[in-house]
Amino acid sequence: MLILQQVANGVLLGAIYVTIALAFTLTIGILNFLNFTIPPIFMLSAMTAWAAAQFGLPFGIFGPMPWTVALAFGIVVAILASLLVERLTFRYLKVRYGDATEHAIPLVSSLGFLLVFQNGIRMAYGTEPHRFITPLGDMSLHLGGIFISLPQVLSLALALIIVFSLSYLLKRTRTGRALRSIAENPDAALLMGVDVARIVPVIFILTGLLCGIAGSIFAVNYGQVYSGMGDEVGNKAIAGMVLGGMGSIWGAIVGGLLIGLVETMSIYLFGGDTVQSVVWGLLLVALVLRPEGLFGHHGIGKGKF
Amino acid sequence: MSGYTGGLLVILCLNIVMAYAVFLPVATGQLNLGGAAFQAVGAYTAGYLSATYDLPVVPSLLASMATGAVFAFLFSLLIMRTKSVYLVLATFAFGQFLTGVIINVDALGGSMGLSVPAHVEGWTVILFAGLAMLLTLILMQTRFGLAMRAIHDDDAVSELMGIGVRGVRIGAFTLGGALAGVAGCLYAFYFNFCDVQSFDASSSFYLLLFVLLGGTQTIWGPVIGAVFFTLVPEVFRNVLAYLPAFGHGATSGQVDTSWRFILLGMITIAMMVYRPEGILTRIGLGAIWHGVGLARRGRQGT
Repeated sequence: MLILQQVANGVLLGAIYVTIALAFTLTIGILNFLNFTIPPIFMLSAMTAWAAAQFGLPFGIFGPMPWTVALAFGIVVAILASLLVERLTFRYLKVRYGDATEHAIPLVSSLGFLLVFQNGIRMAYGTEPHRFITPLGDMSLHLGGIFISLPQVLSLALALIIVFSLSYLLKRTRTGRALRSIAENPDAALLMGVDVARIVPVIFILTGLLCGIAGSIFAVNYGQVYSGMGDEVGNKAIAGMVLGGMGSIWGAIVGGLLIGLVETMSIYLFGGDTVQSVVWGLLLVALVLRPEGLFGHHGIGKGKF
Repeated sequence: MSGYTGGLLVILCLNIVMAYAVFLPVATGQLNLGGAAFQAVGAYTAGYLSATYDLPVVPSLLASMATGAVFAFLFSLLIMRTKSVYLVLATFAFGQFLTGVIINVDALGGSMGLSVPAHVEGWTVILFAGLAMLLTLILMQTRFGLAMRAIHDDDAVSELMGIGVRGVRIGAFTLGGALAGVAGCLYAFYFNFCDVQSFDASSSFYLLLFVLLGGTQTIWGPVIGAVFFTLVPEVFRNVLAYLPAFGHGATSGQVDTSWRFILLGMITIAMMVYRPEGILTRIGLGAIWHGVGLARRGRQGT
C-alpha cells in the first residue's frame, strides 16, 4: 500500500514535470533552441504570485490579492518575461561569421536571462521558502487507503487538458500548421508565406503560459514557493523531455511522468539525497544509449543550435 | 602572497586555468556546460589522496590531471555519437549527476565537504595560470591546433579536407578535462577544502560565459573574459553595495553579489545582441598587433 501511495505521489509530481517539459520540447522542437530561461520563468511566476498575494502591486497600485487573482497575475508575468526573452534572444541576433559556436548564441543569451531572473528574485524576496496559502490545500480524497490531495488531482487533470489542447493546436489549427512548418524548415516556411517573425512569439507565449501554469500547480500543491525551485524542480523537466524524446509532445508527457515516478521511488527506496544522481544518471544513460528518446524524431535537434 | 589583492589574484588565476579548460573544447565547437564538474573530479581526487594517503602535492597534481583526462576521455568517447544540443545537455547532466553522487559518498565528505591537509601557496597557482596560457599558445601553433581552429570555423569542410573531426574533438575535450583536473587540484590545495557547492551548475555557467564573452577565436579571449569578469565586479564592489536593494527579502550582505550576477547576465544578453563573437576577435587582435602599421597606411592614403 505504501508503494501505491508513492506511485500516486510520483504521478502527481510528474504533472508538474510534464508541463515544464512541454515548454522545453516546444522551443527545442520548433526553434532548435535549448531555452534555459524556462526553469527561472517557472520560479518567477510562482514567486510573483506569492508576492502579489502577500504584498499586492508596488507603489500601492493594488493591495494584496486573493490567491486565484495572484496566480493569474503570476501567469501573466511569466508570459511577459517569456516575450522579453524572445525579443532579446531571437529577434535581434545577427549572424556574422557562421562559426561553430555562433549557433549557440540564443542558448548563451538564455543563460544571461537565467542569471538576471534568479538573482533579481533572490534580491527581492530572499532565498528562504515562503508559504502560499490556499483553501484547496487541506482537501483530500481517500481511495482504498491511498491518500490523494485535491490539488494533486486537479493539477493532473489540468496537465492532461493542456497536452490535449496543445496537440489539437499543433495538429488542427492554421497556427499549428505554421508552427510545424517552421520546425521542418524555417526558410521554406518563409517562402511558402508563413510570417515567421509573427509566429515565433506564439511559441514564447505558449512557453510562458506553460511555465506559469506549472508554477501555479507547484504553489497550490506544495503550499510554498522559494527562489531555488527553478534549479531544483524546473531543471529535472529537462531530463523528462530528453527521456521522452525532444520535440515530441507525447514524449514530454511520458518522460515527465516517468521522472516523477523515478524521483518518488528513489526517495522511498534509497532516501532523499539520491534523487539528483538517480535522475541525472538516468538522463546520461539515455543520452548514450538512445539520444532520440522514447518518442523522438531523428530530424530534431540534429542540426546546429 | 597574502591580503586582499593577493587573494583576488589567486582567484583570478584559478579562473584563468579553468577558462582554458573550457576553452579547449569550445575551440572545436563543443560547448561544455559541465566545466565545474571536471574541476570537481580533480579537486576530489587530490583531496581524497591527500586526506587518506597523505600524498604530497606533486603526485596528487599528476593524479588529478590523469583522472580529469580519463573522465573527459570516457565521457566524450561515449557521447561523441551525439552532436550539438545533445552534447550541451550531456555535459549539463554529467555535472548534476556528479555533484549528486559526491553528496552521497561518505569517503568524500558528503555534503559537509572535504578538508584537505596538503597546501600550495598562491604563487604556484599563478605559475600554473601562466603555464596553462603558454601550453595553449603552443598547442594552437601545432597541426592539432590548426585542425581545432578549422573545426571551430566549419566542421563539414574540415572533414572534407581530411581532418579526423571526431578524433580532434575527443582530443580537445580530453585536454580540457586534464586542465580542469589541474585547476581542481589547485583549488583544493589552495583553500585546503572542497565542497560540492563550489562546483555546481551555476559555476559551470559562469565559466562558459567567461570564455564565450571573452571570445573564442583567439587564445587570448579566455584571459580577457576571466580578467574582465573577475576584476570589474571587484572594482565596482563598493559602488554595487550602494545600488538600491529592491523588494523585501535581501539582507545587506547579498546586495552586491546579487547585483554582480544581474549585471553579468545583462552584459551577456547585450553582448549576444551587439557583439556575439566576444570581446576579442581575430580581426581585433590583428588591429592591436599591427595598429601602428594601419595608422601609417592610413596617412599614406590621404
